[in-house]
Amino acid sequence: MERWSPYAVGIGIGLLSCVAFFLSDKPIGCSTAFSRTSGMIERLFRGGVVAEKAYYKKFAPSIEWEWMLVAGIFIGGFISAQLSGQFHMEWVPATWASSFGYTPISRWATALTGGIILGIGARWAGGCTSGHGISGTLQLAVSSWLAVFCFFIGGIATAMIIF
Amino acid sequence: MLKQLHSNEKLQLGIGFLVGILFGFLLQKGGVTKYDVIIGQLLLTDFTVVKIMLTAMITGMIGVHLLSTLGLVQLHPKPGSLGSTVIGGLIFGVGFAVLGYCPGTLAGAVGQGSLDALFGGLAGILLGAGLFSEFYPKLQRGILGRGDFGELTWPRLFKVNPWTLIIPLTIGVLIFLFWVEKSGL
Repeated sequence: MERWSPYAVGIGIGLLSCVAFFLSDKPIGCSTAFSRTSGMIERLFRGGVVAEKAYYKKFAPSIEWEWMLVAGIFIGGFISAQLSGQFHMEWVPATWASSFGYTPISRWATALTGGIILGIGARWAGGCTSGHGISGTLQLAVSSWLAVFCFFIGGIATAMIIF
Repeated sequence: MLKQLHSNEKLQLGIGFLVGILFGFLLQKGGVTKYDVIIGQLLLTDFTVVKIMLTAMITGMIGVHLLSTLGLVQLHPKPGSLGSTVIGGLIFGVGFAVLGYCPGTLAGAVGQGSLDALFGGLAGILLGAGLFSEFYPKLQRGILGRGDFGELTWPRLFKVNPWTLIIPLTIGVLIFLFWVEKSGL
């Protein structure tokens, strides 16, 4: 298991945040990319009318810095997994399997449901564990501290119920 | 010179991509692109997620505020309201536990081969974000604005210099992390 110390990783992410602020004048954040992508996909089906939606006037369905960031995360995760030999295709994570058995279909359905709720929640809260949890808290933003608090209250309560 | 750098769109796309690659690399190396690690945190048996987030927070807090004091960066605190931050945050938390990934770690999880992240989580988040955009006008007129506190920061709220908060916070976080480490979590 070639895992790095969480403290080393944390320092790395903290420094990366500084780099993002300095070079790009942007805090690291992930959920906006999903909003934009969703808009781009919707545009494939419904055409230009999508751009007129109030939300997509705020967050245009186009590729920009944050979108590239999330695309990069996918690549970075891939490279890291490959380098440590941890890359493997897996339908059902171990923790799920040990509680619910190796059930790919119900895991997929649960992941889909969870994803929908997560997508709604992230945009409702105006950010995720990266945008609020890391970038926002380090800026001492009240919104972000409040958001993270709620992320964990909701998450811990739900996890305890599920498991 | 920085202004020119920031407004160079093509270059910025490249920088964003690079920062993302490093971010994804770190997340995967830290183990937090794994469902088991995230659920372990929410079940309070594995504190890897919190250790990483808190360490990143204090590192970035000191670094960014140093750069800000030197006039090299601008802060961009997100605005918030009780109606959006609290309710959205709780909804996010539920989704977080049900899916077992957050948006960022999801992208990393797809990179490491997690098919539940790719076919379940990714599709779900895109659907959820799309649904939100549909209901946004109604929500915006109602609940999202309730209890608005804008781009408030703790230093502005307490009317103090940020460092007055940063130093005790850092010490407090370090003590907490030390205690977590000692407890074997």
